[in-house]
Amino acid sequence: MAGGIKKFVVGSFDDEAVLFPAVKNVRKQGYKIHDVYTPFPIHGLDHALGLRETSIHTAGFIYAITGTTTALSFMSWVFTKDWPLNIGGKPHFALPAWIPITFELTVLFSAVGMVLTFCYLCQLSPFVKKHHFHARATDDLFVMAIECTDKTNDEEVQSFLQKAGAKEINIQHAETGWWIGRYDREQKLYKEEKGY
Amino acid sequence: MSLLKYESQQREPLVGGNKNYHQVTEDIISPIEMKPSKLWYIGFYISVGLLLFGAYSVYREVTYGIGQWNVNKTIGWGWDITNFVWWVGIGHAGTLISAILLLFRQGWRTGVNRAAEAMTIFAVMCAGQFPIWHMGRVWMAFFVLPYPNSRGPLWVNFNSPLLWDVFAISTYFTVSLLFWYSGLLPDLATVRDRAKTKLRKLLYGVASFGWTGSTKHWQRHESLSLVLAGLSTPLVLSVHTIVSFDFATSIVPGWHTTIFPPYFVAGAIFSGFAMVQTLLIVVRKVMGLEDYITLGHIEAMNKVIVLTGSIVGCAYLTELFIAWYGQNPYEWYAFSQNRANLFSPYGWSYWLMMFCNVVSPQLFWSRKLRRNITVTFFMSIVVNIGMWYERFVIIVTSIYRDFLPSSWSTYYSPSIWEIGFYLGTFGLFFTCFFLFAKYFPVIAVAEIKSILKTTGETYKAKMTEVEKKDADKFYIEEVEHAH
Repeated sequence: MAGGIKKFVVGSFDDEAVLFPAVKNVRKQGYKIHDVYTPFPIHGLDHALGLRETSIHTAGFIYAITGTTTALSFMSWVFTKDWPLNIGGKPHFALPAWIPITFELTVLFSAVGMVLTFCYLCQLSPFVKKHHFHARATDDLFVMAIECTDKTNDEEVQSFLQKAGAKEINIQHAETGWWIGRYDREQKLYKEEKGY
Repeated sequence: MSLLKYESQQREPLVGGNKNYHQVTEDIISPIEMKPSKLWYIGFYISVGLLLFGAYSVYREVTYGIGQWNVNKTIGWGWDITNFVWWVGIGHAGTLISAILLLFRQGWRTGVNRAAEAMTIFAVMCAGQFPIWHMGRVWMAFFVLPYPNSRGPLWVNFNSPLLWDVFAISTYFTVSLLFWYSGLLPDLATVRDRAKTKLRKLLYGVASFGWTGSTKHWQRHESLSLVLAGLSTPLVLSVHTIVSFDFATSIVPGWHTTIFPPYFVAGAIFSGFAMVQTLLIVVRKVMGLEDYITLGHIEAMNKVIVLTGSIVGCAYLTELFIAWYGQNPYEWYAFSQNRANLFSPYGWSYWLMMFCNVVSPQLFWSRKLRRNITVTFFMSIVVNIGMWYERFVIIVTSIYRDFLPSSWSTYYSPSIWEIGFYLGTFGLFFTCFFLFAKYFPVIAVAEIKSILKTTGETYKAKMTEVEKKDADKFYIEEVEHAH
C-alpha cells in the first residue's frame, strides 16, 4: 500500500514509435524508469522495460486443477459414500456423466481465480486510488515516469527526454502506493510536506 | 510496431476516416457525455414497458401457477423452453467474437466485440429466466444447488443433463461477465480521466478500479484476456452442447440424436450473429460509428452467417436422412409426419424453419448482398425468426404426439401470459442494452487504438510506402525496432 513520496521526471510522448527508442536510451543512460503508462497495450514494451514475463497463466492453471479436483471428489463422495442413489441401475461411480460439471467447474475456478489474482496483483478495486502522472495517459499520451534519486540531476534528465522526443516534460512529487479514495475528491495518502 | 502486426494492403481498412488516438477516444466516449437523443428515450421507454408487461405475466404465472400458460401434460415445455434455448443461442456469438476470433487473431473483432459481449450477458440473463420461472414454485429454486441441506442431505442429481445446465449456464454467465468487465476497465478509466462532472468522476472512478495504464498491468491484462479467451472457447461450445443434451439424452423420437451438440452449437452461432447484426446496424447508425463498424465488419459477419447457416442446413438434412435410414418407426414418424408433412398440424413451422435458416442465408454468397445494409438487417430478422422456429419445431413437434396416442395433444398455442413473458425478456434485453449503449463505451477504445496504425485508413496509405521497401531491409529495421 504505502510506497512513500518520491520525485519523478515525467515525459509524455505522443507516438509509440518515438517512445520505443526513448525507453531504450533512457535505460542505457542508467536512469530508473518507474513505469510507462499507455492508453493501450504496446507489444514489446514490457521487454523493452526489462519486465519479467507474467505468470498469471500459471496461477490460472492451478485454479483450474483445483476446480477439477473439487468437482470430481465432491461428486464421487456424494454418489458413492454420502448418499448412493440408484439411478436407472447405473454405476454409482458414473464418471462419464460427471464430465460436464467437472469441466464447468474447472473453467469457473480458473476464470474467477485468475481475475481475482489479476486485481490483487495490479491493486485494482473500487475506491482504490493511485497517483496519475497525466490525465491523457488513458487517452492519447504515452507517459514515462523516471524516478529521481539523490544523485539524479533532473535538469539533465529533462533535457535528455526533450532530445528523445517527449512533448511534455515536468517534475512531480508522487505517492507510489495506492490508497482508499474517490476520484471526485482530492485525496492523498500522505500529507504534503514542506519543501516540495 | 513489430512485424507480426503488419497488415497487407489488400485488406480493407478496419477503421475508416482520418483518425488519431484522441479522435478515437472522442468518437466513442463523447456519446456517453452527451444527453441521450429523443430516439434513445423512445426506445428505452418501450423496452421498460415490455419489461413491465413481462413482469406482470410472470406475476400471473407465479400466483396462479403454470396453468396460466397453455402448456399441458404432453407439451410441458412449450414456448418457455423454446425461448430459453433461443436466448442462450443468441448469446453465443458474443463469446465467439470475443474469444475464438481473439485466438484466431482476427483484427475485425475489435470493432464489434464489446457490444457483442454485452449482448451475450444480457441474452444469458434473459435465458435464465425461463427455466427458473418454469419451475412453478420458484421459491424452491435454490433446490438446484448442491448445498448441505436438512433433507438427508439429499443431493442434486449430478447425472442429470438438467443439472449440467445449471452449472453450464451459471458458469457461462460468470465467465462472460468477468471477461467483459476486465476488458472494460481501461475504457472506463478513459471515461473517468476526461470526466468533467463530479458524479461522473465518482461513478467511473469506482467502476474503473483505479486503472492507470501501467505497462506491467497491461502485460498481465493481455495474458489474462488470452487465457480467458482460451477458457471461453471450449466453454461456449460446452454450453450449447449441454443444452442439446437436455434433448439428446432422452428417448423421445426427434430428440434422441447424436448430431445435436454440433448442430446446436452451429445454430447458436448462426442466430447470435444475426442478433449482433440487428443490434449493430442500429447502433452504428444512431451513434454515428460507421467508421468503426464498417461494411467490412458487416460483410465478415455475414460470411459467418452463411457458413453456420449451411452447417445447420446440412444438419437438418442429415437428421432427416438418418431418421429414415435408422429404420426406427417412431423416429421416422416424428420426422415424416410431425415435421416434414406440410399438412400435419405443425408442418408449417418445419418448412418455415427450413426456409429461414437454410434457403434464405444462401443470398449471402453474393458479395453485393453481404455488403448491403438493408438486406443484412432484413436477413438478420429472418434468421432469428427461423432459429426460434427451429427450437419450437424440436420441442413441440417431437412431443405433441408421444408414444401413447390417447395423450396426444390438441393444437398447442401459447396464452397471452406466455407470450407476455417472452416479450418481457425482450424488454429486459433492450433495457439493458439501451443502458449499456448510453453509459458504457460500446466499442473497445483501447483495442481500436492498438490496431489503428496497422489498419486505419490513413495509416494504410503510409504502409504502402513500406511495402515498396526491400523485404530484408524492412525485416531488419522492424526487428531492430522492436527490441
